[in-house]
Amino acid sequence: MESKHHYETIAELAALLSGGKLSAVELAQGLIERRKAVDPAVRAFNSFDEADALAQARASDERRAAGRPLGPLDGIPIGLKDVIAVEGQPLTASSRMLANFVSPYDSTVARKLKDAGAVCWGRLNLDEFAMGSSTENSAFGATRNPWDLERVPGGSSGGSAAALAAGEACAALGSDTGGSIRQPAAFCGVVGLKPTYGLVSRYGLIAFASSLDQIGPFARTVGDAALVLGAIAGHDPLDSTSFRVDIPDYRSEIAKRRGPWRLGIPREYFGEGLDPEIGAAVEAAIRFYRNKGCEIKEVSLPHTRYGIGAYYIIATAECSSNLARFDGIRYGHRSKDAADAVDLYFRSRAEGFGAEVKRRIILGTYVLSSGYHDAYYLRAQKVRTLIRQDFLDAYREVDALITPTSPVLPFKAGEKADPLAMYLCDVYTIGVNLAGLPGISLPCGFSKSGLPIGLQLIGQPYREADLLAIAAAYEGAHEWHTRHPDLEASVAAWNAKNPGRAS
Amino acid sequence: MTDPEKQMSDPKSLDIDHIATLARIALTAEEKARFSDQLGEVLAHIEQLKEVEIAGVEPTAHAFPLFNVWAEDVPQPALPVDVALKSAPARRDNMFVVPKVVE
Repeated sequence: MESKHHYETIAELAALLSGGKLSAVELAQGLIERRKAVDPAVRAFNSFDEADALAQARASDERRAAGRPLGPLDGIPIGLKDVIAVEGQPLTASSRMLANFVSPYDSTVARKLKDAGAVCWGRLNLDEFAMGSSTENSAFGATRNPWDLERVPGGSSGGSAAALAAGEACAALGSDTGGSIRQPAAFCGVVGLKPTYGLVSRYGLIAFASSLDQIGPFARTVGDAALVLGAIAGHDPLDSTSFRVDIPDYRSEIAKRRGPWRLGIPREYFGEGLDPEIGAAVEAAIRFYRNKGCEIKEVSLPHTRYGIGAYYIIATAECSSNLARFDGIRYGHRSKDAADAVDLYFRSRAEGFGAEVKRRIILGTYVLSSGYHDAYYLRAQKVRTLIRQDFLDAYREVDALITPTSPVLPFKAGEKADPLAMYLCDVYTIGVNLAGLPGISLPCGFSKSGLPIGLQLIGQPYREADLLAIAAAYEGAHEWHTRHPDLEASVAAWNAKNPGRAS
Repeated sequence: MTDPEKQMSDPKSLDIDHIATLARIALTAEEKARFSDQLGEVLAHIEQLKEVEIAGVEPTAHAFPLFNVWAEDVPQPALPVDVALKSAPARRDNMFVVPKVVE
């Protein structure tokens, strides 16, 4: 665990790099050593191309030596969830279906990170095709929570959150369809931002549910998240759902916005099923904002309880359509036992997809099938309208909403074997996706057992600067984000138990 | 909800053989039994949506509707054939090889 920089923020590292006190290659080498020490236990990465990472770091140092650094992200290692294409690198979606797939092009976000000088830092684990809330559905092995290796890191972007919490990357990108950035950020004690639908291009993101998917950053601080968001946001002609909106310098916008704000507390997010320790931590955050002079107002989002039902119709319908492309013909797994061309589809998909992906394709196919489309899919789309309207009504009275990110603390691996029990964990995050809103999770405390707790702030469409400013006000007055897990002890214990798998 | 065709089904009635055929996935007998049970529970939860009054409500396909997104009709650079075929399970020359489709 040689690197002394592995828990520093991008802001701190950028100052060291620009001041000549640290080189990008030194930073990369330190993090590579760190990764080798902790990742056999944490398993945040699906793959890591050390030669490529060091070559990118060298190129950054050369730019700086020539007096042409590209900005504050130049030389900063940023990991990418393994559903985001990076040219020439594996792109597996943690699925056997794509076990040998190499991406032929860059996603727009990877291209933008490279243009900002960031070092694309490995392929991060996830629930297969981003379907899950624990990263246990990966075909290549589950990621573990750095705060307790017996527990899950959340999901589906569990690798992105765990890599950051374990000090194996300086920031990361994930994707969020129903909470897949915010929930793992909460479980791992880091910041995770799901932008407004359309703010960040989805070009080169393997599609799960196209009307809900959005790429966003994981970071150690709100300011770092703002920096990465500024680098990846913006209209892209390659994504026809991306939105034409000016992208400000989010960090300087944060500094300009001091509040006080009108903040809404949706009563439906504090009911039955909320862990009392999480409830207490969020209540304390609400008191902080009240003491700061913010107007705190109880609001109602009356259709909240229908969110899970609507979401699991819409998301599975869209996934059954999107994943039809995996047929064993042009790329991906092809069965060797097929009798004919049609049998090839059936067998390739049976062999290539894991259980949760099959379950969701079956459910999505069912709700779209003849005779049921109106009863399920159309009805869910109408409920979606009502859920979205609930938020818009609330925003007539308040600037943003405060809620818990997750009703539960990080749970033990294997604890939620029943799919419905897992789905119900998404209750506080999916409304944001159905309504297309921005949401952020940031650390707001720890349980008595030492597990991180996440605070969710939900903002108004395309007003990320306000959302980030509200989050930064809390973060600046607390130090939860400066705590890190004691991985030295837990990794040593894990290695002793698993001698074959240690590096 | 007056049209009987538009009623949600009994959650137990999901015809897994039919749906798996539509989805082009070969399921084992064990998977069929397990998925039927699990999805029955999920569908029972989804039944709650019946309580919602949706008369006169427009469906939402996208949170922020965008209409008529046009692009200039000019050729753009595309992936070279060799790059596009790189992850093909089987190829010959510049083509995908597939099982025989017609006799």
